[in-house]
Amino acid sequence: MRASTATSKSILLEYIIKRRWLGNGLLILVGLFAVYRLAVELINNPILFFQQVINGLQLGFVYALIALGYTMVYGIVRLINFAHGDVFMVGAFISFYGVTRLQLHTWVSSVFPSFPPVAAQIIGAVTVVLLAMVTCSVLAFTIERVAYKPLRNAPRISALITAIGVSFFLEYFGALSFVFSPNFITYKRPFDVTTWYLNKGGIASLQSGQAIPPGSVIFSNIFVIIVISSILLMLALQYIVRNTKVGKAMRAAAYDKPTARLMGINVDGIISVTFGIGAAFAGAAGMLYAIAFPQVFFWMGIIPGLKAFVAAVLGGIGSIPGAFVGALIMGQAEVLSAAYISTPMRDAIAFSILIIVLLIRPTGIFGEPTREKA
Amino acid sequence: MMLQVEDLHVYYGAIKALKGINFHLEKGEIVALIGANGAGKTTTLNTLSGILRARQGKIHFLGEDISQTPAEEIVRKGIIHVPEGRKIFATLSVMENLEIGAYTVTDKGQIARNIEMVFNRFPRLKERQNQLGGTLSGGEQQMLAIARGLMTNPSLILLDEPSMGLAPVIVEQIFEIIQEINDQGTSVLLVEQNAQMALSIADRAYVFETGMVTLEDEAHKLLENPLVIEAYLGGH
Ligand SMILES: Nc1ncnc2c1ncn2[C@@H]1O[C@H](COP(=O)(O)OP(=O)(O)OP(=O)(O)O)[C@@H](O)[C@H]1O
Ligand SMILES: [Mg+2]
Repeated sequence: MRASTATSKSILLEYIIKRRWLGNGLLILVGLFAVYRLAVELINNPILFFQQVINGLQLGFVYALIALGYTMVYGIVRLINFAHGDVFMVGAFISFYGVTRLQLHTWVSSVFPSFPPVAAQIIGAVTVVLLAMVTCSVLAFTIERVAYKPLRNAPRISALITAIGVSFFLEYFGALSFVFSPNFITYKRPFDVTTWYLNKGGIASLQSGQAIPPGSVIFSNIFVIIVISSILLMLALQYIVRNTKVGKAMRAAAYDKPTARLMGINVDGIISVTFGIGAAFAGAAGMLYAIAFPQVFFWMGIIPGLKAFVAAVLGGIGSIPGAFVGALIMGQAEVLSAAYISTPMRDAIAFSILIIVLLIRPTGIFGEPTREKA
Repeated sequence: MMLQVEDLHVYYGAIKALKGINFHLEKGEIVALIGANGAGKTTTLNTLSGILRARQGKIHFLGEDISQTPAEEIVRKGIIHVPEGRKIFATLSVMENLEIGAYTVTDKGQIARNIEMVFNRFPRLKERQNQLGGTLSGGEQQMLAIARGLMTNPSLILLDEPSMGLAPVIVEQIFEIIQEINDQGTSVLLVEQNAQMALSIADRAYVFETGMVTLEDEAHKLLENPLVIEAYLGGH
């Protein structure tokens, strides 16, 4: 009896997996329902809806920066680098210390007091983010050399388990009181927050203590900074990957490592560069995330890291545009489900997306069918 | 002597693929390596280019032992390996494949001249320069593989079965090009199943059998050797 239920279940599952149209049909139904629900909400309260979209964009851009690292590393070494979320955490902490201990965000005005204050603040914040990016790159470079490179020819599962080990190492090493901290720490932003409200009457800044005028959506300079810096970083990445010699070598090595070596490419070096770039982006994301949600904690990388991973899978792991699109979808899915279903539903929806994608379209939106390569 | 291989032993795990290979190549020569499937020809080229490591034996290139040199350094010494099955980077455009071929060339002007040179030799590639490598036909891919190999102005080019899977007309064309490349001063080590074609353009040749060299001679003599005719030229 039990056995027969089990088989009939597995037959059903197999049917669903094999018959793409059935899976896709289900997905379309769920999707249509979601669109319908959202349309109703949009009509009922467009202001709330647009507010959520803005919040979702802010989150989505941060996820995109993290997801790029997952997808680039996967593209070249076929490894899901589960320590990537913790590199993001390290980036957040480094920027925290850059601001609180080193006062890096104010160096321009203390060295050149006559410098225009806004420009000085921007240069200061950029210095902090660069520090976080460089530190994370060096960290990832070291992790790759010490933990992953010796396993390059081992079965893939070995490297995957090692990545989980590295992840725990970074978390609990970071929790030591002489490293980062075992506690939640309030993050000090390297600039003051300004908020604007936008409504039919136009755009104006919101004074402190002022109530939000009805019928307006609000956004802050944090939103502007996150969107602009993420777009700039992604354009830079696009340029590196498409147009530079290193980027072409990365793509060649991702496709076929032995042949890349026959072209004179130092594949190990290119892999290190890939880890380094991915980690730099995670470091920047760590700082941006901490600016948006001003708190740092040694576990803070786990959930954003996992969600960025889902975003990378949703977009098609290995695909850079996929990571970007997947992350924006994840940002919206999370914020909209928190707003219209319930806050805890946010994470449930995020990981349900992972399961649905893996069942129905494991290659994601932009992914090509898997092609195993050495 | 440009290339001298002495007592080369290569293993895949416990499987012995090369059991003490000896051969050499003089500057300016075309030397062919012929033999049945699994004889060890590809293994030999992969060892020369540093993709595989010899367990025993020496490889002297221009007087220097390169048997322990990594693949990416061997390219810089002037040996280019055009691998079996072409191995075009399918996700890169034709132009990008050529640029990757010139990865070790630092002089931008030299790269531009080399691109010009291969486009003159392979006008088809010029027409298709923006197309992805994976969308080319088999013959075009072989041309791209050779063109990509020429981007470093190599002194020695290792060609692994350039005729594989191509129509006879295209094979003729490819062999003419190999002859031209050689006329312009590049030495050629040519691995071929198509022994007839290989022997017709080679100066000398070595016959491989199960990881050993069983016969070596000038190519035109091998074309008349009864053993070779029997085994590799369709026996009449
Ligand atoms: N990656 C590998 N692992 C194990 N054995 C291998 C591997 N590659 C080749 N071999 C074995 O080594 C021997 C030589 O193979 P090789 O590819 O060098 O032959 P070949 O002369 O190039 O043949 P073909 O004309 O079919 O290309 C064969 O017996 C083959 O099975
Ligand atoms: Mg072969």
